[in-house]
Amino acid sequence: MQIRVGEVDESGRKYFTFGAHGPGLELDCGSRLGPVTLAYETYGRLSAARDNAILILHAFTGDSHVASHPGLPGAAALPGWWETMVGPGKAIDTDRYYVICTNILGSCRGSTGPCSLNPATKAPYGLAFPVVTIGDMVRAQKALIDHLEISKLLAVIGGSVGGMQALQWCVSYPHRVRAAIPLATTMRHSAQAIAFNEIARQAIMADPKWNMGEYGDTPPELGLAVARMIGHVTYLSDQAMRRKFGRRLQGRQGFSFHFESDFQVESYLHHQGTKFVRRFDANSLLYLTKAADYFDLTGSDQGSLGALADADIRFLVISFTSDWLYPTYQSREMVHALKREGLDVSFCEIEADCGHDAFLLENERLANMVRGFLGGVANNG
Amino acid sequence: MAEQGMRFDLQVISSWIEPGSRVLDLGCGRGDLLAFLQSQKNVRGVGIEADREKAASCISRGLSVLQENFNEEVLDYPANHFDYVILSQTLQQVYRPEELIRSLLVIGRKVIVSFPNFSHWRGRLQLLFTGTAPKNEHLPYEWYTTPNIRVIAMKDFRKFIAQINAEIVREVAINSHHHQYKGNIIHFLPDWRATYGIFLVRAQSE
Repeated sequence: MQIRVGEVDESGRKYFTFGAHGPGLELDCGSRLGPVTLAYETYGRLSAARDNAILILHAFTGDSHVASHPGLPGAAALPGWWETMVGPGKAIDTDRYYVICTNILGSCRGSTGPCSLNPATKAPYGLAFPVVTIGDMVRAQKALIDHLEISKLLAVIGGSVGGMQALQWCVSYPHRVRAAIPLATTMRHSAQAIAFNEIARQAIMADPKWNMGEYGDTPPELGLAVARMIGHVTYLSDQAMRRKFGRRLQGRQGFSFHFESDFQVESYLHHQGTKFVRRFDANSLLYLTKAADYFDLTGSDQGSLGALADADIRFLVISFTSDWLYPTYQSREMVHALKREGLDVSFCEIEADCGHDAFLLENERLANMVRGFLGGVANNG
Repeated sequence: MAEQGMRFDLQVISSWIEPGSRVLDLGCGRGDLLAFLQSQKNVRGVGIEADREKAASCISRGLSVLQENFNEEVLDYPANHFDYVILSQTLQQVYRPEELIRSLLVIGRKVIVSFPNFSHWRGRLQLLFTGTAPKNEHLPYEWYTTPNIRVIAMKDFRKFIAQINAEIVREVAINSHHHQYKGNIIHFLPDWRATYGIFLVRAQSE
């Protein structure tokens, strides 16, 4: 493997490229991919013993910018997607821990994905990009952790699809992880979760601009926006939508008796869709939804949580009461699987009315648990 | 000493636990016993607590705790996974005590059970002379507000343990109030004078 490490760019990202020569990254689908670039950001200082590193795994459409870099200029200093949790003195304390967050393989936020240039054709991969899995994403992350010369991570932490990666880390590299915090996640997608993902994919593929993934500078914006609207509904909850919007009308006194947006919830979804189109690639969304649908750590074979008996990993599993995408019963199933193997697992369901998105919002109980759990792991050397 | 900040029955229980053992604490509350055992006896402890706020406060202090209803959750552990399973002041609230104690004897080598002794003399006299159900400082409820659905006398418990083919290894009767840090051990007429009974039970050796 050839390694090239770039400088920190204006958004605070660093880049790690491997597999430019030689076989590249071996994928679950059987093919190989190279070169592979991962965009990542780091916070805090790696200890001399290299034993204080925490890998944060982002969800579905997230990126490496988990928190701001106050010392850096420009976009790097902007708040990150988990600003409430990560930073000096916060629950994931960057004065104490060395935090790494990397954009996932298949995404479009700096790491290699379907919109990257295919070295064979000098054009974007499009559908020529291989279908990647959560296991492949983690395999690529492991190459980065090897490159950073970290033999054992203090913790892997992630919510939603990030939680899947955290679990996958434990299964794929049990001796490289001391603790894991899977939040608002599942061991496998339910039929309902797959169904919503399929609707999102169909929305993109039904947009004529999608053009079998070869859309160049004219992406299928309508399809992608609809896909995001669907996703967004699954991240909220009945209570949250009632509280935020109810049946209030948007900028009008009565119904339009047209198909314009009448309700606030409609214009909110349109806004979410439009905003998303500016920052996300349609093909990436197809690949990432597929990876989440394929993910399954149940069962008793090598690739399952049930094969972790010998691992010395501490788990903190957290779910949220109003999360109907990955409801609490799915977290409990995970807890049962870990308990049956005699693993050290803590679990708590947090009361929150914001649905699946609750893990991203400020929550004192969540912060206290994460802080206390990490402290317990770090102190038990 | 931290031990003095702990309920008296928990002090007695912790004195029974061998250093370095594996402990499961059912209904662990805010984790006072677990934290004590972990720091003073180097115990590997796990707690189960149904209340979200209490479970979260345990996890926030770095303890391994599951926010669950233990009646169902104890079934998931491998046999003899724990050296001790502790059920303190909770048995009187359990819907299926026999099933539960049997499960505990499978997952733990030893089971420590403590409960309020309903055969205390004050309760007996109250029923005899006033004709009303006993109500006092350590059982301060009306019949319609009490969480205690099982009325257990220490004698009943001994009989029950013999019936399920288990054995009592150790037994202590104490006199203390529900949340008190101080108390004393009763040697004379324990069934009459104890407010709480604490028992160390194990499955009968073949």
